[in-house]
Amino acid sequence: MAKVTVDGIEVEVPNGASVLQACEAAGKEVPRFCYHERLSVAGNCRMCLVEVEKAPKPVASCAYPVMDGMKVFTDTPVVRNARRGVMEFLLINHPLDCPICDQGGECDLQDQAMAYGRDLSRYDEGKRAVKDKYVGPLIKTVMNRCIHCTRCVRFAAEVAGVPEMGATGRGESMEIGTYVEKALSSELSGNLIDICPVGALTSRPYAFVSRPWELRKTESVDVLDAVGAAIRVDVRGGEVLRIMPRVHDDVNEEWLGDRGRFSFDGLKRNRLDRPWVRRDGKLQPASWAEALGAIARALPGKRLGAIAGDTMDAESMFALKGLMAALGSQNLDCRQDGAKLDASRPDYYLFNTGIAGIEQADAIVIIGSNPRVEAPVLNARIRKRWMTGALRVGVVGPVADLTYPTQAVAMGEAGAFLDGAKNPMVILGRGALAREDGAAVLAAAWDLAKQAGGLREDWHGFNLLHQFGGQVAALDLGFLPGEGGLDMAGMLAGGVDALWLLGADGFDASRIAPGTFVIYQGHHGEAAAARADVILPGATYTEKDGTYVNTEGRVQRGRMAVTPPGEAREDWKIIRAASQMLGVTLPYDSLEALRAEMAAAHPVFARLDQGPLPGCTDDAGPVATGALGMAPFQLPIQNYWQVDPITRASPTMAECAATYLQPKPLLAAE
Amino acid sequence: MALSDKDRIFTNLYGTQPWNLSAARMRGDWDGTREYLAKGRDWLIEEVKNSGLRGRGGAGFPTGMKWSFMPKKSDGRPSYLVVNADESEPGTCKDRDIIRHDPHKLIEGCLIAGFAMGATAGYIYIRGEYYNESVVLEAAIAEAYEAGLVGKNACGSGYDFDLYVHRGAGAYICGEETALIESLEGKKGMPRLKPPFPAAVGLYGLPTTVNNVETIAVVPTILRRGPGWFSSFGRERNAGTKVFCISGHVNKPCNVEAEMSIPLRELIDRYAGGVRGGWDNLLAVIPGGSSVPLLPKHICDDVLMDFDALREHKSGLGTAGVIVMDKSTDVVRAIARLAHFYKHESCGQCTPCREGTGWMKRVMDRMVRGDAEIEEIDILEQVTRQVEGHTICALGDAAAWPIQGLIRHFRPEMERRIRERHATSTPLAAE
Repeated sequence: MAKVTVDGIEVEVPNGASVLQACEAAGKEVPRFCYHERLSVAGNCRMCLVEVEKAPKPVASCAYPVMDGMKVFTDTPVVRNARRGVMEFLLINHPLDCPICDQGGECDLQDQAMAYGRDLSRYDEGKRAVKDKYVGPLIKTVMNRCIHCTRCVRFAAEVAGVPEMGATGRGESMEIGTYVEKALSSELSGNLIDICPVGALTSRPYAFVSRPWELRKTESVDVLDAVGAAIRVDVRGGEVLRIMPRVHDDVNEEWLGDRGRFSFDGLKRNRLDRPWVRRDGKLQPASWAEALGAIARALPGKRLGAIAGDTMDAESMFALKGLMAALGSQNLDCRQDGAKLDASRPDYYLFNTGIAGIEQADAIVIIGSNPRVEAPVLNARIRKRWMTGALRVGVVGPVADLTYPTQAVAMGEAGAFLDGAKNPMVILGRGALAREDGAAVLAAAWDLAKQAGGLREDWHGFNLLHQFGGQVAALDLGFLPGEGGLDMAGMLAGGVDALWLLGADGFDASRIAPGTFVIYQGHHGEAAAARADVILPGATYTEKDGTYVNTEGRVQRGRMAVTPPGEAREDWKIIRAASQMLGVTLPYDSLEALRAEMAAAHPVFARLDQGPLPGCTDDAGPVATGALGMAPFQLPIQNYWQVDPITRASPTMAECAATYLQPKPLLAAE
Repeated sequence: MALSDKDRIFTNLYGTQPWNLSAARMRGDWDGTREYLAKGRDWLIEEVKNSGLRGRGGAGFPTGMKWSFMPKKSDGRPSYLVVNADESEPGTCKDRDIIRHDPHKLIEGCLIAGFAMGATAGYIYIRGEYYNESVVLEAAIAEAYEAGLVGKNACGSGYDFDLYVHRGAGAYICGEETALIESLEGKKGMPRLKPPFPAAVGLYGLPTTVNNVETIAVVPTILRRGPGWFSSFGRERNAGTKVFCISGHVNKPCNVEAEMSIPLRELIDRYAGGVRGGWDNLLAVIPGGSSVPLLPKHICDDVLMDFDALREHKSGLGTAGVIVMDKSTDVVRAIARLAHFYKHESCGQCTPCREGTGWMKRVMDRMVRGDAEIEEIDILEQVTRQVEGHTICALGDAAAWPIQGLIRHFRPEMERRIRERHATSTPLAAE
């Protein structure tokens, strides 16, 4: 530790910390543009200059290491003049277009100009003009506004792992861009918008939509992948206008995948906003009373089954499970993909190392998964660890570009690959279990972690990577066939007379046996809704208070940012109302009561926002039924941008898919 | 007392003899190199320290001290000597003549310096425009390899030292030592933040020392003739001989090796045939390459050419590129041209230099025409102060200083132009 005096305040900071960190420890605010906590230090904006005793010139505090006994001054005439000078330089070539700039109101340059800017420009010459660049369908560029802080260049190269941005030209002619104009090939590109301190990189879908002070902000969690990133939903007038990440160091740091950030326009399209009932073979609009009445008439005496979707909140699944139990049905399933999961112990289906735990791993074997598209933020964490040089990654199954080098290994060689690792990790993609020999794959993966010494009291190296935000909660709730109950295949094949689909859209609806009475409860009208006999319009994750569990077993609360459209209602309330109509009223009539009941039945839901339990106390593996097959692994997600009803309804995501997935036309020279 | 020929280090500065190894040996190069190496690293560094040699690249940092920053004991990783032959400072062409006419002095110096700092290899980063010089240098290195002077068991000393030549692509900023390292690594030539200094984290992240060509090339002679001989020239703390590059309005522009602390007037009169039209026709002199402030005639009359004396007059010795301007010079335009140069060569990394050089250049262009207001001279001065000392490397300072020098010494001339312009310009209809 080093003792540093900042403006007379003595603080202790670790050796190797920067002067800027010492200043922050002392509660002194230091303006900065290029410095970002999660990126390498560039030291080029020169805004964070401070005076250090005995240094001949003011030093860039972000790049200057502390020394014991150092005296730092952050508010002297020298410092203030230096910062004013830098601010003046930044502004001479910056357009004064704040009134039409989307960064206005949340712009670092604007804020700092209030503190250090002059009220009048002394620069009478012509301003620099820079051509705007195309960097993809998500990011709008106004390169005149660029202050060359190179945060975007460093983010792309370091965090996103796509070193496609850079500076060309020299001096005043320096321009930030992608060298050859192209769409950035990153699933994390939206973060460039947050990271840009000015309005050079702004959100293309959000262009000219709103001002930050007009927005009501609701803290929530993302459910479109299994990371459960902390998000903030910005709303104006009952409409979601944008979604931004919040800081959560154990989960998403401060990043968010493009799917979670930009797919919200799908929340407004193709919605089920009123109940429908099939009459005379045709779906016809109905009232809630008619829809629930139709259910009350149809269900009694029938063999019932229920299937839960991938992005549902725990409350509605708990309510549906309760309803099915009250009606005497054991036919439940939440595995639309048919993954052979073993829910007998939580650590058989969780990401036990934890996302933050990746930073302790020194060897990873990924089985049948492409974390870059299944969980880009988690993949960024693996890359972060790899950047330290202390990690090697092997892949069993199809090898995709994960933004860090990987070695293809066969299942049989994976043990040798992990050999010698202190903290080995096995990451098993959920997709690898959705096959005939899934149970054997699960057992083999567990065994691999065990043989590599990854199942210890202080380290749990077995990890299952799910794909959506509702999948783990369903397993925690035991939304699975009960004793003698049918699984999904059994239900679809005609094992039930009536089927309740709770947001279950992830399978081919034509598999439902003819004659089955189908209730579809959900928010988007897709194939499953078209097959339904009764449609109950539900709420999306931004429209209800819900509990979600991410892939590492972290229980998080999403909050209602807007009300569901039309006559749509929160899902648990729909089930509660149906239970009343069916004469088996569920024993709660408020969300609090439901949650108390749920926590009593499943204590894990009382552990809010806690990571996985450290270590593995019992290394007995899941039971392998059948032998490991020879079929190659298939990656479950080919199209990152369109995976669920919300993203499939999103025009932005459709544009992304068109941009990134269509084969590029060859140039004449190729 | 002029420097006598026997005290000159660069005996073939004018290329009157061949540059090759046999000719270089006759001039005394590579004589007893092995014995000097046998005396050990500490002895070598001590000799260089005692000689008082200061870096010849511009900043004047004591060379022996710089070498001593290198790790005394290798931790198993390599370390490097890098020779800065990216001589791009306007008004300077000393390294060029050393390389093309006396390359073996440099190569021998590389071996000795490399040995003294425990370097595993040396890289000579030569300016891209010096194509012919690089050809000579490569040929000379090949000769030295052939003769066993460098490479495996260099000079039979048991020390392995490889020497490589790398040609730059023509950017002034790559003469800054950390930008040079970046460029050598194959990246864009942009200066690095310091600390860490190259001696700790340099080329490929390994300990590195960057020295100027002249600094390295004088070391063998210092060892042969002793540090006492070298330090007998010049004033205290400004020891040795130095190659001066005299250009501009003199009768005989030349490179010349003279002792440090020689009076500027003597330097010009004795070696460059005097100022065109006589000493009284002198307007100003830029004493150390384009990046130092100019000196008006009354200072030139008696100033000494060394680090400290020039600093007292708020200028600097820099690379000792003496640019002489007589009274026919449009001094404002001359400095405006330099401002244009620095704008063009700014790497664009840090704000004050990227934005400031363009601003200064544009205002200077107007100052040439007098198309400005008197107050703008003060604004210009403030802008130079806002750039100076606020940047990562010294290019910001180098861009600011010539303009500061101009304003300090020639403000009346600038004001005169502005007033004249105001007097002759016809008012517009709307006024």
